[in-house]
Amino acid sequence: MPRVPPTGARLNSMHENLTPKNTILDAKQMARIIRRMAGEVVETNRDLANLLLVGIRTRGVPLAEQLAVEIERMEGVKVPVGVLDITLYRDDLSTIAAQPQVKGTTLPRPVEGSTVLLCDDVLYTGRTVRAALDELLDFGRPRAVKLAVLIDRGHRELPIQADVVGKKVPTSGDEVIEVTFQSTDGIEQVRILERKAPR
Amino acid sequence: MASLLIHGGRIVDPSQGLDGPADLLIEDGAVARIDGKIAKPKGVETLDATGLVVTPGLIDIHVHLREPGQEYKETVATGTRAAAAGGFTAVACMANTVPVHDNRAITELILLEAERAGFARVYPIGAISKGMQGQELAEIGEMVAAGAVAVSDDGLPVMNAELMRRALLYTQHYGIPVIQHAEDLTLTGKGVMHEGEWSTRLGLIGIPGSAEDVMVARDLILTEDTQGRYHVAHLSTARSLDLVRLGRSRGLRVTCEVAPHHLILTDEEVAKTGFSTHCKMKPPLRSSRDREALIQGLVDGTVDCIASDHAPHHADEKDVEFDKAPFGILGLETTLSLCLDRFVHAGLLTLPRLVELLSTGPARVLGLPGGTLQVGSPADVSIFDLDGEVTIVAADFRSKSRNTPFDGWTLRGRPVATVLGGRKVSPLP
Amino acid sequence: MTSETIRWTRKDLLGIAELSPAEIGLLLDTAESFSEIGERPIKKVPTLRGKTVINLFFEASTRTRSSFEIAEKRLSADNINFSTSGSALEKGESLIDTALNLQAMAPDLVVIRHGSPGVPHMLARRLQAGVINAGDGAHEHPTQALLDAFTIRRHKGRLAGLRVAILGDIEHSRVVRSNIHLLTKMGATVVVGGARTLMPTAVEKLGVEVAYSLEDALRGADVVMMLRIQLERQGKMSFPSAKEYFRLFGLTRERLKLAQDDAIVMHPGPMNRGVEIASDVADGSRSVILEQVTHGVSVRMAVLYLLSGVTASEES
Repeated sequence: MPRVPPTGARLNSMHENLTPKNTILDAKQMARIIRRMAGEVVETNRDLANLLLVGIRTRGVPLAEQLAVEIERMEGVKVPVGVLDITLYRDDLSTIAAQPQVKGTTLPRPVEGSTVLLCDDVLYTGRTVRAALDELLDFGRPRAVKLAVLIDRGHRELPIQADVVGKKVPTSGDEVIEVTFQSTDGIEQVRILERKAPR
Repeated sequence: MASLLIHGGRIVDPSQGLDGPADLLIEDGAVARIDGKIAKPKGVETLDATGLVVTPGLIDIHVHLREPGQEYKETVATGTRAAAAGGFTAVACMANTVPVHDNRAITELILLEAERAGFARVYPIGAISKGMQGQELAEIGEMVAAGAVAVSDDGLPVMNAELMRRALLYTQHYGIPVIQHAEDLTLTGKGVMHEGEWSTRLGLIGIPGSAEDVMVARDLILTEDTQGRYHVAHLSTARSLDLVRLGRSRGLRVTCEVAPHHLILTDEEVAKTGFSTHCKMKPPLRSSRDREALIQGLVDGTVDCIASDHAPHHADEKDVEFDKAPFGILGLETTLSLCLDRFVHAGLLTLPRLVELLSTGPARVLGLPGGTLQVGSPADVSIFDLDGEVTIVAADFRSKSRNTPFDGWTLRGRPVATVLGGRKVSPLP
Repeated sequence: MTSETIRWTRKDLLGIAELSPAEIGLLLDTAESFSEIGERPIKKVPTLRGKTVINLFFEASTRTRSSFEIAEKRLSADNINFSTSGSALEKGESLIDTALNLQAMAPDLVVIRHGSPGVPHMLARRLQAGVINAGDGAHEHPTQALLDAFTIRRHKGRLAGLRVAILGDIEHSRVVRSNIHLLTKMGATVVVGGARTLMPTAVEKLGVEVAYSLEDALRGADVVMMLRIQLERQGKMSFPSAKEYFRLFGLTRERLKLAQDDAIVMHPGPMNRGVEIASDVADGSRSVILEQVTHGVSVRMAVLYLLSGVTASEES
């Protein structure tokens, strides 16, 4: 039985036989894109006081944090950042070998009445976002929920679209998008990895 | 009557101090001759024992044949068949049948069934007390007249000291020993395993070693006063063994037996096997200190014999909660291999000493005719392969039951053939 | 934290004795994540949707059973309760037959409480389903030890280096056995204290200190854990009366002063007020007894969650 790495759906070169193909974004480019995304968020949300950024574990969290920093720089408003651990809402728990670790959800203020901006690094099948929506709604009734992703790589399996997209990257099914942040991985970049052919 | 020439083997007979290559000629069911090389007389069957060990038939003086009353566990026929397969030519069977063997009708029934089956000699042991109730003496004289060789309430101790005193006195008229299952039931309480570190770890109620020791001590005092003949069944603790030594030093007529499982396993086995009910017996598997003392007792001669306490139980009875399972395990088909592997090959006992413990010794304890290959004695012979490997497979037992903790063990040394009165009873053609 | 690197690979949770410190750490860390769910407006996650959990209680239990039930419901599992009264067991069915019947209903997990040590082990060998020991005789009660450790960690921030005094009926307690295993594995010092007639043989072999007076046991303790005196099991020469017990071994405010100033007081319940513990201590500021109950749900959710990911064929 193949084992899935503990952090869940997102694969990482440390865990599987993946070879780097090319680097799409370096740290500088990433920072520029996140600044632009923050601008879009400010533009489309008149009422920043009501905004709650929620990062989906693991690498949606540094994205949410960086967006908050940029928004504060632009508008002088401190937008609260929450963390969502969607493990318990995943739809593939019964098909994987050992249970992934649960690291917990923390929301700095009630969801009720807030405009929530869900943040994640990669938008792929849409299943993670589905799980995040289900979990979020169990905390209360937000005024609206929006979605910001750094990379949209296509291949949706659910009718879900992002409101704010950093970069669209067409990919094939054999490829994996690896997003790393300084705070979680020690390096800030986006790479395309390729699965090695099976032995 | 059967005649047979067993040739090419190594004959080990501690009763005559024999240990060496020799042939054995049986005529009319009795030992006729032992010699370096015996020419095959005309018309006599032969048994090639080249590379094998030939000894007086093994004797197990502590088995439960369950007949009458619990034939779903074992019968005289299946139990003696198991004995033959295990190298035993004689067994002494305990009285806790249903109804209890406390009268001569049952003595006769057991002997009749044994005769019919024809696999091994059976020596019935009668109950000490009527119905094993521990209140009044059973008709011991009647049972002896019918063939009983000793008395015991085994399965239960004689708790009543006065009854024990009377039994030790009365049996002297018949020259038979009183065999005690030494256990003070007030100390046992609801205990299910040895009291010690492992009962504490497992949360099972303990049976302290003192439950046995207190009873042995009491009985030895009574033996001294009565000058009776006393035998400790399945002795299991270091201190009881010391008490036996003390009794002997005071000139008492006391003997004792030890069961293979107490010599090989300890209380830790209950934990190792995840509460296997095949580790539940009475006395319970004791501490490693006790186990070592018992082995020392084998070596130094304190222990008179090894007896298996073969106690068949149906799988349905054993496949229950540990607390609820009946006490006891099988022994007849595992004892020889276990002893060869664990004692002889392990260098703890010489082969002659082991044969003494399994044959000459038990015969002496109960005053039985076997245990020797002297010319003229009944031709009961065990033939085994000292070095052959065997894997214990409970499913293949001749016994009706399967309750053994040794299932799957691979051991060095195995029974090959068993001869009863000159007739081969195992393996059967 | 060590739990980062390990994964749960056991089908069953039968006891603490067989767990590694890393596994215990993983269970406690996972429970930490689950405790937040109890504070949500909707205290339910869909994690075990479609999974069936059978609660098989052969002994009366209110606290443990409701705690498991709540944990199961919060994880969206379907749960069914069997208890001894009215079940086939009262009609003489053997445990094995009960187990086979349960198996035929294809549960994913079975939570079992039984008066005989080893029964969960017996079931685990026969069932495809994961088996959780909710107390087997005086053997183990692993989820209780986990929730106790969880509570201690919440207050002390650690387990290693603490001095934990466990007092009362050591002989008949499954709670104490599981706690001894857990706490010593995690680096705490355990001292068990109580009447000589309630102390099991060779208990020091389990790696604990033994004290035969309450005062000796309490001195310097960071955690004081009282055990229920099983009045129903007494009367068999362990001590003459409840009154006499309290005089020697009851935890009073005065005696508690011997422990560390910030010592916490725990009790697995149900308490006998005035027998092993004075009411003002049970209800006092040092008492964390009700917190234990709260944390019990989080710990059991963690156990259910981790076990549900391992099936019989995958167990390593």
